[in-house]
Order: sequence, then structure tokens, then C-alpha cells
Amino acid sequence: MPPDTDTPRRPLLSSNSLWRMKSYLRPYAARLVLIWLAAILSIAASIALPLISEKVIDGPVTRGDSDGLLPLGLIALGVGVVEAGLIFLRRWTQVKPVLGLETAIRDDLYEHLQRLPMGFHGDWQSGQLLSRATTDLSTIRRFLGFGMLFLVMNVLQLITVTVLLLNKYWPLGLLVLASAVPIVWTSLRFEKRYIKISRQVQDEQGDLATLVEESAIGIRTIKAFGRRHHVYDRYDEAARKVYGSSVDKANLSAKFFAFLEVIPNVTLALVLLLGALAVGSGSMTLGTLVAFTTLMLQLVWPIASLGYILAMAQEAMTSADRVMEVMDTVPAIESGTRTIELPRGHLRFEGVGFTFPGADGPVLRDVWLDVHPGETVAVVGATGAGKTTLTALVPRLIDPTVGRVTIDGEDVRALDLTTLRSLVATAFEEPTLFSMSVRENLMLGRLDATEEELADAIRTAQAGFVYDLPWGLDTRIGEQGLSLSGGQRQRLALARAVLSRPRVLVLDDTLSALDVETEALVEEALRHVLREATGIVVAHRASTVLLADKVALLRDGTITHVGRHHELLADVPEYRELLAQDADFDPSEGALR
Amino acid sequence: MTTAPVSSWRGVASEEQDELPEKVSVLLRERSRRLLGDLLRPYRKPIALLTAIIVVSNAAALAIPYLVKVGIDDGIPPMTRGSGPGILLIVVGVILAAAVTQALTRKAFLRLSGKIGQSVLLELRRRVFDHFQRLSLSFHEKYTSGRVISRLTSDIEAISELLQSGFDGLVKAVLTMFGTAGLLLILDVHLGLVALVPLPLLLLFTRWFRRQSVIVYRRTRETVALVIVHFVESMTGIRAVQAFRREPRNQEIFAQLNDDYRDANARSMLLGAEFMFGIKLIGNLTVGGVLLYGGYLAINDEVTVGVLAAFLLYLRQFYEPMQELSQFYNTLQSAGAALEKLSGVLEEEPGVPEPRRPEPLPQPARGMVRFEDVRFAYVEEMPILPGLDLTIPGGQSVALVGATGAGKTTLAKMISRFYDPTAGRVLLDGVDLRDLDETTLRQAVVMVTQENFLFSGTVADNIRFGRPDATDRQVREAAKAIGAHEFVAGLPDGYDTEVGKRGGRMSAGQRQLIAFARAFLADPAVLILDEATSSLDVPSERLVQRALRTILADRTALIIAHRLSTVEIADRVLVMEAGQVVEDGPPDRLIAASGRFAGLHRAWLESLSQ
Repeated sequence: MPPDTDTPRRPLLSSNSLWRMKSYLRPYAARLVLIWLAAILSIAASIALPLISEKVIDGPVTRGDSDGLLPLGLIALGVGVVEAGLIFLRRWTQVKPVLGLETAIRDDLYEHLQRLPMGFHGDWQSGQLLSRATTDLSTIRRFLGFGMLFLVMNVLQLITVTVLLLNKYWPLGLLVLASAVPIVWTSLRFEKRYIKISRQVQDEQGDLATLVEESAIGIRTIKAFGRRHHVYDRYDEAARKVYGSSVDKANLSAKFFAFLEVIPNVTLALVLLLGALAVGSGSMTLGTLVAFTTLMLQLVWPIASLGYILAMAQEAMTSADRVMEVMDTVPAIESGTRTIELPRGHLRFEGVGFTFPGADGPVLRDVWLDVHPGETVAVVGATGAGKTTLTALVPRLIDPTVGRVTIDGEDVRALDLTTLRSLVATAFEEPTLFSMSVRENLMLGRLDATEEELADAIRTAQAGFVYDLPWGLDTRIGEQGLSLSGGQRQRLALARAVLSRPRVLVLDDTLSALDVETEALVEEALRHVLREATGIVVAHRASTVLLADKVALLRDGTITHVGRHHELLADVPEYRELLAQDADFDPSEGALR
Repeated sequence: MTTAPVSSWRGVASEEQDELPEKVSVLLRERSRRLLGDLLRPYRKPIALLTAIIVVSNAAALAIPYLVKVGIDDGIPPMTRGSGPGILLIVVGVILAAAVTQALTRKAFLRLSGKIGQSVLLELRRRVFDHFQRLSLSFHEKYTSGRVISRLTSDIEAISELLQSGFDGLVKAVLTMFGTAGLLLILDVHLGLVALVPLPLLLLFTRWFRRQSVIVYRRTRETVALVIVHFVESMTGIRAVQAFRREPRNQEIFAQLNDDYRDANARSMLLGAEFMFGIKLIGNLTVGGVLLYGGYLAINDEVTVGVLAAFLLYLRQFYEPMQELSQFYNTLQSAGAALEKLSGVLEEEPGVPEPRRPEPLPQPARGMVRFEDVRFAYVEEMPILPGLDLTIPGGQSVALVGATGAGKTTLAKMISRFYDPTAGRVLLDGVDLRDLDETTLRQAVVMVTQENFLFSGTVADNIRFGRPDATDRQVREAAKAIGAHEFVAGLPDGYDTEVGKRGGRMSAGQRQLIAFARAFLADPAVLILDEATSSLDVPSERLVQRALRTILADRTALIIAHRLSTVEIADRVLVMEAGQVVEDGPPDRLIAASGRFAGLHRAWLESLSQ
């Protein structure tokens, strides 16, 4: 099931999905070993530096031995260079696995999404899918690339330094250890509250984004009714909510960060006090005290970042869940294996029924229709009768819930999907144009079309206007390019369908946005195309119906009559009601459903 | 960099101005700085307070290692001499006080800066949203909704990100660096100077990094934008993708774009690695150098052990925030780019400005529309209306007929003032449309088009959009009048059915009926129908037309339709060609004559009788 908001189930700390992504790291095993090695060595180096300082203070400085100073100093310099080198090595080695993981998952996700059927895409907004492919994958990348490493490194550093401190002077070491207790406790509590408020902010931002989307897409309606203030007030209310929660979030972090900083400083003061007493009583050297304080300061950052990294881990797990939720969706439409050697395009609907998942009643029920090769059938029916659903069954954009659709006697579900979809082409009522060149848009279904075929298809669809675009067929159209009128878009969609030379051509009310003259020209040209293919034409108007050899009347999800236009017009009142343009016709009894 | 296959499939378009000449980018920077100044102005006092707080906070933080030094140098010797821990206790007390001060001021800083930041963000959101709503349709048509959305979401978020995480880090880093440098010099001029020797190198290195990251950052943005566009279009157009077996080609393109994005990211990560390496190297070498030189000085009793210890502590503090700077710089860049775009939007002048001194409309509005020598062109060389004179008396229903591009829709858009004429004027009841305030105009003139947008909310909410103060009964009456009541009543929750995102299940015809009810409820003096019935099937259209007869009885109407059936309910027909009215008269008279309309009508009748 798709989520209702952008925040689906979010279990606390279920690392399962994240763990499953480890297979993406397998090709980089050797690099991973190198990364860990470099990480551990660089921790060692960073701990070594203060220890060397201790030796310098306790040794040469205290003894006034300038000969002993130089070797120690050179060692310190060497260790410093090595540490920097190790850090570079680690980061450099990380690039490939981390980005490789992200890129591979994104490729796979895209591939999987392309295979998921219409039913899935109808339920999921593209924005939701996009946030999984971008934001969520970046979150995972950041955690696996940096967060996880830091988490382990920080813990390692904490343990090592604490052990060192205990080893140097255990009473002070214990004190430092004790100071970690309130920090860990607060961090855990903070994390819970922080996650909660972060999600609240996120959700409220999502609501705000919905309002933004509506205000942008519905701008014509808003302007037409002069509802600027009304829309603004709604937005303002939501924006103030975001403001309120964001301020709460900032206040929470303020408290936590301040707390995280005060604890180490207070500890430092106590260490100084007790350390001085220890030095005074001779149970500790001055150098040890200096090293002790330096080492302690090294703990501040790992501790302070712990809460942050844990929050990051939590986010990465949520993101992994969200990505896996999509990846785990099994494509409901699986390709068959059979092919048809010499397709003739004999299309049959055999007792077909379709019900949307979770819907009360069926959209289609018991549909029987036989379309012979080369024949064209017009499907006529009132708004909501199920015409588009019927046409979507042929190229298996959806599968029937009852009965079967066959081409040349083969159940379409048994056919290889690529074969099937190359047999069938559809021109949709709402044409989809991509932000690509006109040529690429037209050749969507046939990358190998020749220039001549292209020109033919353009001629058939009366889409000659494309040659007048600034860069002709190379002009980019779609959202990121030149915008076209509804009629122009429909003609391109038609040309696209014609170009793919299908055995079965489906025209789903493709001509609705054309003016009368253009429509007549297109229909004339289409007659030739339809002579060579089996055709299904969804029609609202008598003129379009005339493209067909026979008409199927779809009513309440089933085909009630099949016949010639004139016969139906004469014999079937419902048909007359749908197609006769006679304005005096009396629609008294429930013409609208 | 690999861009090879991108150009071929994408096609050519007038590119957005990505690469800007130096002069323009200076101008842009000024523009966004002005906006920033404007947004921050109301918070001058809180910002001053904030500055004071942060100085205290950092002073306290910096004092602590110094105090440790004092403790070691001055507190311990008396104790080893056996003269009591007096000094040490004072020092420890001061450290505790500094720690508490630091924590409290830090908390105050985070709270206050969070509040100011969020207030600025709220104000920015309000301004940009409001401004977008004020800008004319012609702007929106060019700008596209996708860009409006990204301005108001991702760009605002980029700034929010900076305010939330980056700002705090930057202030801390800068103050720590300056403070530390100062303190080192105070502690010991000699050793301090040695410690600061690498500073110029550091600055040069940072500058190199900044320059590089501008390039890297731009490349990342470009590549991710392409990934996003391709992804979203594939998903929204999945029906066409699957129906035309586009998947393999799509996968090929996507993999290429994805790889480009990966390479850009790799460059960015490597740059980060190089920067970190440099900073760490300089930092560690400095520590080593100080240890050597400081040790030498200490041996010769020129500095105390405490000073040396303090130096080592401070140097760590000095270099730590430098590493955060690299993270911060990306945030800063995206926020800067976002601010540039937002300030650009805010400087856009509304194409149809509201009048300074609005004139009232005579009440009740009669709905008389007059065009006086109106000229209009979207592009200068191609006038759509070359000079139109036309009077539509109040209450008349006029049908506009003509081929695509004849100027029908343009004419309709002039009456609803989506555009202003290039020359001449449009009058409603004798008042120039440009002298009416928006509310008055919209109450008087409503346009229904083929594009009928439904907002999230219930069906009733959507109908009520035409008149927010309408009662439930009035909403129902409107639906009944238009013939939408039956289907709405048949929905799962009737009028309370949520349309929203799942409104996709509602057919185009049903949405259109709701849009009609909405317009009817608004009860305008002038109603414009631009192809408003074309997505209805014949029975629904017939129903709407019957309703229209009553609805249009007492109001001015302008009807544009390809299908002549709609025209029959009009009192008057205007045939348009190239922005001119070529035939004008009642439908029967035009049919009886032998002009264009008569021809069209004959063809239409023939198509029906087939």
C-alpha cells in the first residue's frame, strides 16, 4: 500500500533494510578493508600526538635536555604527516564505493520503477518516488560513507582514550568515565525528542509543499476567481505552523548542545583540581597532567557528535526502509514468454472484467468483443463508462481481474511483453511529451524509424507545424522546452502511435482538442493507416465514430450493443442519446451517471 | 566531463542563463544582498544582542584552556611548595564560571538565532508566495509551475539549511580562529608568531578551495537537475513509456545521467579530501613545530610548561573548525544561489498591476463590455489583435467562432484581464479594466476554461472556491443548477468526498462539471466559457447547455467553442479571423446568409447526418 503522507511506517531502529544494501558494497571489499585500516591508523596517530607532547614535557623540558628534544619533535612531525596522509587515503578510497553504491541503487530503483505497472504509479505521486531516488539515497550514502565510519571511529577513540586515561591515572580516568554517563543519557533522550520534532517539521513542510504545488498549478483558476487572498491565508497558516515547530526544534537543539559542551568543561575543571592535588602529592607528573587535559579535549568532539551521528543513523534506516518499500514491490505485470510469428492482429476480449483494488464495484464486467484483423471498432460510452480502462488492457498497462484478452488466439499475459507492446500502440487523450527533442518524442516506440517514415507519420497526424519550430525536429519540447498547445500535443501523440506501425492501433479520444478543420484532415489521413491495422477508437463524436467499421456501445462497464453506426443510431436509444447532437433531445431520465 | 549523448536526445532550446557574465553576476549579488538586508532590517536590535552574546560565549570558551594554563603554572607550584591550594581553587572556580557562562550564552545564541532565522524564513516564504500570486498569467506561462514550485520549496530549504546548521558553524569557526590567534600572541609573542607562520598559507589554500568548489558545485547542480527531470518525466509519463517500450532507452539515458552525477559528486568528494588533507597537514606540522620550538624555549626557561600546554590545546581548537568550513561552504553556495533566484522573482514587476486609485464599478454591474481600438501582441512582430473595436451590451450571449489562432482566446483573456492590451482599452460598464481593483474585477468577470483545477479538499470546498462565504445549501443549489448534483451525490461521501490527489479517479467531464458549478456560484456579471464543454460527453454537454440557457439569461456571456452545438444558445455570433471580426450577427441570420459561418454550419450539419 502506498503511504498517505510522505511519512510511511517508521520503525525505531530496524536496521534490516539498510543491512540488505550491503550487497551493493561487495565489489569494493578490498577498498573497504583499506578504508578501515586507514581509519584505525589515523586514530592511533591522533592519539599519539598528545602522548609525544607528554614525553617532551616530562623528558627533555623537565630535565633541560635539548638533545632529547629533537628526535621527539621529529617523531611528532612525522606522525602528523602520516595522520594527514592517512586521512587523505581514507577519503580518497571512500569515493568509489560510496558513490558506486548510491549510483547502483539509483539505477536499480529506476529500472524497477519502470517495470512496475500503472496501478502502482497511479497510487504513488512522482514526487514521493523522486524523494526516494534523491534525498533518501543521499542520506544513505552520507551515513554509509561517513556516518557509519565516524560512529565506529568515535566509539573506538572514546574507548582508547578512556583506557589511556585510566591507565595514566585511574582516579581521574574514572572521573572522566563518569562524566560520560549524563552525556549518553541525555543524548539518547534528546535523540528521541529530536526525531519526533524533526518529523513533525518534515510533515508540516510536506503540507506546505502541497499548497505551493496547488497554487502554482492552479494559478489560472485562482486568478479567474480572484482568490489570491484566500489561497494566501491558507498558505500563511501552514507556513506559521512550520515556523512554530522549527523554532521548537531550534530551542531543543540549543538546550542539548549547550549541555553537551558544559559537561566536558566542568570535567576539565575537576580534572585540573584533582590533578593538581595529585601532582602536589607526587602521585602524578606535570607532563601527565598536561597530556591528560589534552587527551580529554580530544574527547569533546567525538562525544558531541555522537548524538548527531545517531540521528543520522536513524534517518538512514528510515530512508533505507522507504527505498526498500519500493524495491520490494513485486511487479504485478510479469512478461510472458510466447511470441507470435506472423501477427495478424486478431483481437478478442473474452468475458473481461476489471475492478480497481479496494474499489466497491467493477469498472468493467463481462466484456466480449471480437475485432478481426484490419477491422476498426469505435468504443462509445458515457463519461466514466470504462472506455480508457478497456483500452489499457490491450497493451497490458493493466491486467483484467476476470476473463482474458487475446491477440491471434494467444492470451496477452502469455506473450512476451516487448513483443506485445510492439504489436500495440496507443495515442492517449492526454498526450505525454518528454523534455526531449521532437524527434526523440516521436521515435519513442521505434528508435530505428527512417526519416521518410517519420515524415509520413507527421503528415498523417497533420503535425507539420514541427518543421516551423525554431530548431525543427531538434527543438526541445515538453516542460523544459518549448510549450505546445493541446491540439499540437495530441497530433504529436498521434504521430508517435502511427510511427510505431502497430498491428493494433488504439486511439483513446485522441482528437478531442483539435479544431473541426484539422480534425477532418487528420481523420482523412487516419483512414489509410487504419486500413492496415486493427483499430480501437474511443470516440465522443459522430465524426470520429465514422472512422470505424463497427461500433461497440459501452454502458455501465459492459458492452451492450455492437453494430454499425446507422443501425445503432436507429435502434438503440442510449446510443442516440450519446451521439445525436440534436439539442432538443430530452435527457430526462438519468443521462448522467 | 562527459556530456556527449546528452545534447542529441534532449534537443535544442534557448538555454537558461547558467553561465553568467561577470557584470551580471555582480548585479545579482547586489540584488540578493539588498533582499537580505531588507529581510534582516527589522531584527537589527536582536542581531546586535546576538553579536554581544556570541562574543561573550566565545571569549568564555577560549578562556578555558588559558585558565588551565594558569592553573598549571600558578596553581600547582604553590601546592608542591606546600602553601595550599588557594590560587588553584580560584582558577578552578573561574573555569567553572566560564563553562557555565559559555553554555548559557551558547544556548541563548542558538535560541535567538534560531528564532531570527525562522522569522526571516517565514517572511521570505510569505513574500515570495504572495508575489507569485500577484504576477500575471503571462509570467506564469513563461516561468512554468515546476520552477515556481522549486523556488518555494527547494530554494527556501537551501536557505533554511544555511540558517539552521551553517550559520552557527561559520560564526563559531571565524570567532574561534580570530580569538585563538589573538590569544596565542598574548600568551607568548614569540611562540605565537611561530604558530601563526602557516596562516598566509592557510588563507591561500582556502581561497583555492573556494574557487574550486564553485566549479564543482555548479557541475553537481547541473547533473542532478538532469537526473531529476528525467526521473520525474519517466514516472509521470510511465503510461507512454510502457506502452511504447521505452524502458531500455530510458535506462540507457538514465544510467548516463546518473554516471555524470556520480562523477560530479566524486570530484566534489575528492576536493573535500584534498582540502582536509591540506588543513590537517598544516595543522599537524604546526603542532610539531610548536612542540619543537616551544620545547626548546621551555628548556631555556623562556616559556613555562603551562604556556606550552595551552599552545597545544589552542592549536587544536584553531584547526578543528577549519574542517567544518569545507562542509559549510557548500551550504553557503546553495543558499546564495537560492537567494539570487528568489530575489529575481521578487524584482519581477506584475504584468497587470493593480491600480493606485481603484474606481468603483456602477452597481449593480450590467456587464457591458467594450473594446476600443485594442491591440495586442505576445511577441512584438506578431500582433494577435491588430486593432479591435467591439461592444457587447449587458446581458448578451456572444459566441466566438474561428480557426485556431484567430485570437478568440486572447480576446477572452483581455476581458478577464489576464493580459493588458498593448494599446487601446477594454471597458467594463464604462470603466477601464486597469482602473478596477482585483476583487471588484473578479467578482464581475469569471472565466471557465478547459483546464479545471481541483484543489485538495472536498467537492463542496471546490465549488465554494467561487464564493467562500456560500452556505452548504447554496453550494448544492449551484450543483443542481448545472446538473452536477446527481454525480456528486453518487460519490462515496457525496459533497464531502475528498478530491485532492486521488481526485485522479474523477473523470475530466466530472471535474468540468464541478468547475461549472464553481463559476455559477460565483455569480459574475460576465461569464466567459473558453472551450469549457469540450471534455464533456454529449449527454453531459447537453445537460450543461440546458443549464446555460437559464444561467446566461441575465448575464453577459462570451462562449468560445469548436463545436457549433454550443453556439446555438448564443444571441449573437462573432466570426473571427486574424484578430478581426469578419462576421457579426444573430446565428439564424448568419446561417441564412452565405458567409463563413453559414459554410461552417452546413459542414457541421452534414457531419451529424452521417
